[in-house]
Amino acid sequence: MRTICVDEITRNIKEMCIEANHYLTEDMKIALNQAANAEKSPLGKQILCQLEDNLKIATEDMIPICQDTGMAVIFLEVGQDVHVEGGLLTDAVNEGVRQGYTQGYLRKSVVRDPIYRENTNDNTPAVIHYDIVEGDQIKITIAPKGFGSENMSRVFMLKPADGIEGVKNAILTAVKDAGPNACPPMVVGVGIGGTFEKCAFLAKKALTRPVNEHSEISYVREMEEELLQKINQTGIGPGGLGGSTTALAVNINTYPTHIAGLPVAVNICCHVNRHCIRVL
Amino acid sequence: MMDKHITVPYDEKTARELRSGDYVYITGTIYTARDAAHKRMYEALEQGKELPFDVKNSVIYYMGPSPAREGRPIGSAGPTTASRMDKYTPLLLDLGLKGMIGKGKRTDAVRQAIIRNGAVYFAAVGGAGALLSKAILSSEVIAYDDLGTEAIRKLTVKDFPAIVVIDSEGNNLYETAIEAYQEA
Repeated sequence: MRTICVDEITRNIKEMCIEANHYLTEDMKIALNQAANAEKSPLGKQILCQLEDNLKIATEDMIPICQDTGMAVIFLEVGQDVHVEGGLLTDAVNEGVRQGYTQGYLRKSVVRDPIYRENTNDNTPAVIHYDIVEGDQIKITIAPKGFGSENMSRVFMLKPADGIEGVKNAILTAVKDAGPNACPPMVVGVGIGGTFEKCAFLAKKALTRPVNEHSEISYVREMEEELLQKINQTGIGPGGLGGSTTALAVNINTYPTHIAGLPVAVNICCHVNRHCIRVL
Repeated sequence: MMDKHITVPYDEKTARELRSGDYVYITGTIYTARDAAHKRMYEALEQGKELPFDVKNSVIYYMGPSPAREGRPIGSAGPTTASRMDKYTPLLLDLGLKGMIGKGKRTDAVRQAIIRNGAVYFAAVGGAGALLSKAILSSEVIAYDDLGTEAIRKLTVKDFPAIVVIDSEGNNLYETAIEAYQEA
């Protein structure tokens, strides 16, 4: 049994909120650079170069990459041999988000009630997904999620008879409907299988996988590659203003499902696909 | 399609010279307003009250910034999705609003109001908030302070980069540009 103090969790969450909003991971930077070089539309190329400049300015001047610094989505993989000391883990996480967003000059975008919409003024609460795993460590993944692209995400409850073609059509439909609203070039996270909420979770988690890595399942990998090509043939392009770069990656996760169902979730993220991972 | 420089506020004549696809550098005074501010302005008009600024010949930027660090006019400041304002936009256009800066599709009702009034819908690059903040020289909250990031701000901008998406004749770059790069 290993003991981890809640203060350590709060401090790390605070730092990670700030880090994720000012620096993209290396795989995202490389993908953007490759896209800027390959883009066929002159305006599209100009936009992609501006996005690269934007990343540089964000880092050098400590200005958030995007003003929508998101709702904090946090995945916690807690080793079952860890003992958390000093308070409630959920409270420690939310305190880290509070400190990160208020002290880090990040936008407060969370409202207390979905109908009455009063701002909580500290971007809490976070959306926290817990998983109990082997070992004596805690793996924290923070993914601040902007809502331009979140609003364009979809869940499709397909029939088993719809098969793989039905899944591909669902993904393409979601991307085409999203178009310029989701700030392309996008990263497309997909969850197939499970239940209604499980496939949405899988899709969200898929966005945290590096964009240069594929699924280990061969047919899923092929689907990722085929869909990326098809999405880039839609012509939507950077900013939705036409071009050959509409998505940087399609990341698909799968899970066993029920004999009667084929749930598919498409969680779209813009080019500011932020996440930060630490292991305590 | 060409590069153009315009100053705001501007009149209908200037708006009618802009063409879908033009790359425009905007200089002058613009106002920010997004979801909650639009709702309040709409309700004010319904109650016969004055708006917090004169919309005639003005430009609204759909944007809610991140907080400014000390010594800086503003934080990250990129566009938000325009379609959420579609419900309120035709009325503002009929009152003389001449331009909107945002990102994403608009309804046909907005497009018709743009044509009817000789206005323009511009897109700024979504997700480039750090870069775009460099074109903002000053920012002052002029109304609805309690809305935080959603308050109405008066911005002074210099060479703010934007692209004409829907021009005063209703041409829509989101439709025409995609066709040019569609394969299969």
